[in-house]
Amino acid sequence: MTEPGRTPGGRVTITHPSRQRPRMRPASLTREIDEQTGLGEVYISSLIRSQLRLGLAVLAVSLGVLAALPLVFHLFPEIAAVRVLGVTLPWLILGLVVYPAILGAAWFYAHNAERVERDFVDLLDDR
Amino acid sequence: MSPTLGLVAILATSVATVLVGVIGIRAARTTSDFYVASRTVTPWWNASAIGGEYLSAASFLGVAGLILAYGADMLWFPVGYTAGYLVLLVLVAAPLRRSGAYTLPDFAEARLESLAARRTASVLVVTIGWLYLLPQFQAAGLTVRTVTGAPRWVGPVLVCVVVLIGVLSGGMRSITFVQAFQYWLKLTALAVPAVFILLVWQSHGTPTINQEGPPVFVAATTVEIQTGVSVEVSESVRVDAVGVVNGEPVDGTLELTPGVHALAQGTEVTFPAGAEIPHADSLRPLGGQDWLAPLRSNSDYPLYSTYSLILALFFGTMGLPHVLVRFYTNPDGRAARRTTVAVLGLLGIFYLLPTAYGALGRLYAPDLLLTGRTDAVVLLLPGRLVDGVPGDALSALVTAGAFAAFLSTSSGLTISVAGVLSQDLIGRRVRNPVRAFRLGASLALIVPITLALISPSLGIADVVGLAFAVAASSFCPLLLLGIWWRRLTDAGAIAGLVTGGGLSTLAVLTTLVLAPTGGWWTPALAQPAAWTMPIAFLVMVLVSLATPRRVAKGVSRTMIRLHTPESVDLDRGDWDPEDRWRVRT
Repeated sequence: MTEPGRTPGGRVTITHPSRQRPRMRPASLTREIDEQTGLGEVYISSLIRSQLRLGLAVLAVSLGVLAALPLVFHLFPEIAAVRVLGVTLPWLILGLVVYPAILGAAWFYAHNAERVERDFVDLLDDR
Repeated sequence: MSPTLGLVAILATSVATVLVGVIGIRAARTTSDFYVASRTVTPWWNASAIGGEYLSAASFLGVAGLILAYGADMLWFPVGYTAGYLVLLVLVAAPLRRSGAYTLPDFAEARLESLAARRTASVLVVTIGWLYLLPQFQAAGLTVRTVTGAPRWVGPVLVCVVVLIGVLSGGMRSITFVQAFQYWLKLTALAVPAVFILLVWQSHGTPTINQEGPPVFVAATTVEIQTGVSVEVSESVRVDAVGVVNGEPVDGTLELTPGVHALAQGTEVTFPAGAEIPHADSLRPLGGQDWLAPLRSNSDYPLYSTYSLILALFFGTMGLPHVLVRFYTNPDGRAARRTTVAVLGLLGIFYLLPTAYGALGRLYAPDLLLTGRTDAVVLLLPGRLVDGVPGDALSALVTAGAFAAFLSTSSGLTISVAGVLSQDLIGRRVRNPVRAFRLGASLALIVPITLALISPSLGIADVVGLAFAVAASSFCPLLLLGIWWRRLTDAGAIAGLVTGGGLSTLAVLTTLVLAPTGGWWTPALAQPAAWTMPIAFLVMVLVSLATPRRVAKGVSRTMIRLHTPESVDLDRGDWDPEDRWRVRT
């Protein structure tokens, strides 16, 4: 361990005070976050909030539609009796169509979650 | 199918499992390898492994059996099993991986900085693990019995021995390869016979699956009773019977009057064509339109039951101990997400198949309603529809796949329960972590196998559904609030875990032991998630708000750790779950 301004071997760097100025660059965002300053907290909170918003939006649309099905079948039994290609609607939807739909929602989420993270990383790198 | 061929299939799966495991052992040298495969598993391997581990007896056998008996409403089981992973992906996968937690108790400790929270989580992991292992063993018993006619205890003991060999010798690394191999085995074992079955169905001119009214025997059918059963007859029917009916020996024509009749083991009953199929009195199968349309079940509150099931399955997946361990084997949060997307693809392909088996089973194996063993439909259908050697070969393939299902899920659960038992219960007494882990593994298996041997057989997918309900009412709130809400405190978490986990476990035990019938409380106890899960959330939030001073000191650092991508160089705190075994070895 060396003290600031001291190099190994006991030498002391002597500089004019004004030369130290450029080292006092504005603290980087990663340091703001590490030291949990107000600004760092704001950045982390906004990252968490945008991820949560994305997640809840994906769930609301995909699982919301899915969870509405029993109610629809309950309230409108005639919909449950509709036949498409010889198969009744509940069997067609729950036995076949949901799976690619869920996969699509998953892909959409993963894609966008990575984008949110990339934006966050870019933000930190910019400063 | 000949019993020998079935036995060969079962033994081949067991030997292949042990062999793949043994090959993996060479790669596992250090203690860290032993637990988490050193996190060098690629997303594709990991996704196959998750699929292999997750597709249990309930998915392979149980779903098709439920669809055969109860029809449309049961389609929610496979849908829920899949959608649960979407919830897991969206709200839990990446942050959980980034937390570095290997087990749920690890997560509780890291996030809440409380040993008491860790212990509470440990107890719940063991409870859910045992509840989930029980039906696996019962299914193994059913399969071995259906295929070879061996006594009921042979299957569970065989599964137990193979799992123990795998887990004790290889740990996680070899398990990853075993599981990945088993996903593909299970998919093949279900898909190839399904193709043949669909072709046969088509060659018959695609007869309509659903008949009007209650299920009937299409042709004269002889049913051999393998396990004594009491059946409910609703309209009088003349049958030929050889064996023991209602305690009296019979040989010849017999009139079965409406009411309950006991058919003893070994009895052969021949029904005429067009006779209504009597059903085992443990079943309440649906007929005609009731089978085809949703929300027609015999329970008084079908809408409640459906929604409660949906909640349990959607939100219970994230709380299953063997699922979470897998996420730690991803190198980082992004890989955890990509792995989960791949898992959803793999599950989606697999779950198309049980529906086909269940629906066609309605047409070609309705006599299972009489014997009550609807869970066997997947095992029996290929042999019934395809004659001769090809039929035998397909039956052997399905049997192998079913066995792979028991082995993989039991291995995964045993590893997680053993991990928790060895770290939190045995670890303080046994210094060598590998020995503690082995002791934990043995303990993890002994309890459920004892239960499986002494308890009556229950619907496989039903019991698994109960395990999901307990998980949704305990770990789901812990994970969701822990990851997304800073103000969660250890007191709140413990109160919520105890209330939610306790209430749902009580409801489950009441259903399993007392099997109540009638009244509004029956569906409420049989499908508890709809009330226990909100209660757990509420208790966790309210107690946390009442104890604001107990918020973990490092919560900000933990939140940074959970949510920021690994590529950013940040201070994420110094908690590392691997320290535990690094220090001791």
